[in-house]
Amino acid sequence: MSYETTLEELMHEHPELMLLTAENRAAIRSLATRAGDRFIDVGICEQTLVGVAAGLALSGRVPMVHALAPFLTMRAFEFIRTDVGIANLPVKLVGFIPGILSDGNGPTHQAIEDVALMRQIPGMRVVCPADEDELCACLPALIRDRGPAYLRYNQLPARLRHLGDFELGKAEVLLTGRDVCIISYGALFAQALDATEKLDQLGYSVGLVNLRSLAPVDEAALLEAFESKLVVTLEDHFDRGALRSLVCELAVERGKRIDLLPIGLTSWFRAGHLQAALKHAALDAESVAARVLARVREGT
Amino acid sequence: MDLVDTQVATPRPRPMSEARSLANAAYRARRTVLEMSARGGCFVGSALSCVDLLVELYFRQLRVDPIDPGWDARDIFLLSKGHAVPALYAVLAERGFFRRERLMTHLEVEGSVYWHPNRDIPGIEFHSGSLGHCLPVGLGIALERARSRDAERRQSQVFVMLGDGELNEGSVWESLLVAPQLLADGLTVIVDRNRIQANERTETLLPLEPLRSKLEAFGWRVAETSGHDFAAMERAFEPCGERLTVILAETNRGRGVESLENRIGGWFVHASPTELDLYQSELASAHRAEWGDSE
Repeated sequence: MSYETTLEELMHEHPELMLLTAENRAAIRSLATRAGDRFIDVGICEQTLVGVAAGLALSGRVPMVHALAPFLTMRAFEFIRTDVGIANLPVKLVGFIPGILSDGNGPTHQAIEDVALMRQIPGMRVVCPADEDELCACLPALIRDRGPAYLRYNQLPARLRHLGDFELGKAEVLLTGRDVCIISYGALFAQALDATEKLDQLGYSVGLVNLRSLAPVDEAALLEAFESKLVVTLEDHFDRGALRSLVCELAVERGKRIDLLPIGLTSWFRAGHLQAALKHAALDAESVAARVLARVREGT
Repeated sequence: MDLVDTQVATPRPRPMSEARSLANAAYRARRTVLEMSARGGCFVGSALSCVDLLVELYFRQLRVDPIDPGWDARDIFLLSKGHAVPALYAVLAERGFFRRERLMTHLEVEGSVYWHPNRDIPGIEFHSGSLGHCLPVGLGIALERARSRDAERRQSQVFVMLGDGELNEGSVWESLLVAPQLLADGLTVIVDRNRIQANERTETLLPLEPLRSKLEAFGWRVAETSGHDFAAMERAFEPCGERLTVILAETNRGRGVESLENRIGGWFVHASPTELDLYQSELASAHRAEWGDSE
């Protein structure tokens, strides 16, 4: 199932669903041609896009709003906060090419502060699927839920079969480990998985958590992860405001003393194809495993 | 004569060139754009539509100095439709700002040549890529220059190129509204009116017409021209600087390459080696048909 076919089925099931874009049609190109008057392209007008979505939602529709993640979450931020957030409307924001997925576009197109911004809005659900399977699996839950949501669109091919159904606020705990626990989400989940395998082969007991829902967040799963000697947060996001911050907040609030290795971005990354960009930003599995190893050895 | 060699030690006078030399420079720039499209792909359609405008600007209108790109009293050009940057890079290379070979590092992670402009590349004044940013930024630059104590700097001009699709963005219209309130002259907007945006013809998706009267109603002088005819462009640019001006330049997206010209699908192109050969040969025939074997 692709994103489009899943969404198309859901549109049949839910007549209130609408398909909106600000001329970013890449992920809905064929669906747009079949959606009739349920498809609206406002042109390259992100603020109007979000305002229109709020108006539709106020009138009983559930708009699925598609635009490039940086322009959707940042250019229209105040419209999201004010029109969608304050009214707590069921507007589902879908951000394309978020995080490390912006390829050769460069900093203007890098949404690496989107999660931090979106999780500030009371009631906003923030979902960051690890791959295409999870992207499709999260849609029914997002649509059933009647709050606003931000979906970090990611259609990288799945590397494993995910466990059970997707549930908002529920992490996928794949492994628990005494020595290390790697917590990640979105496009970097595959790197976390490979890094886990590398460390496992070296004889370490390594946990792996696919957090996937960053708001609401699965506190129980995080608290369990805090039992590992070293907690690693891995994210294609600025290192303030998203996963790292969320882990620190929870640990302090719950009085947990954890040893944390945060791996994220401290500035915009170099434009380039995914593998090269990952490697240059030291977010690829090999670099991650090496950093974890260095930290583990330092501690012994 | 070849325009590669028209670098000048002093920025004045502007390098004046005949239409044929300008057309040759544009032809070479288009070849470069196509080569970049074979290295990972780029926004070819949008780039090819504004090559001639950029040549007109950099070879005849802008007071800039490739030897001293940071010259204090230079004219400023901002490419707001940032995805057309292969055209700007190619023209800057033709004008001598850097070696053309640098562009062959397109999309290499250690390089700085990617799908949108950035200031690591000589001659680039500001980054862009997110639409609707460069007109407000250009207005700020023009406001500072209007207040400069240095007479030469005060006379320098700011040019901002927008895509017509970019006119969808609200920030563009805010700046069009604000500029006449704050500034009398020294700022020129060029609209690359190729009438196609990413997915649709502009007049299908979000009609802009009557564009001229909208702009005039906002207080701008409007000059209409072909964006491919150098004589017409020279006339359209002539009175710029005296009043706030918008140049509406009618262009063809994909200009010069028959398979891409005026096609909705020709926006982002990653050319295979065979396609590259085809596009280059179409470009060469079109150039020969108009200018003979001058290149």
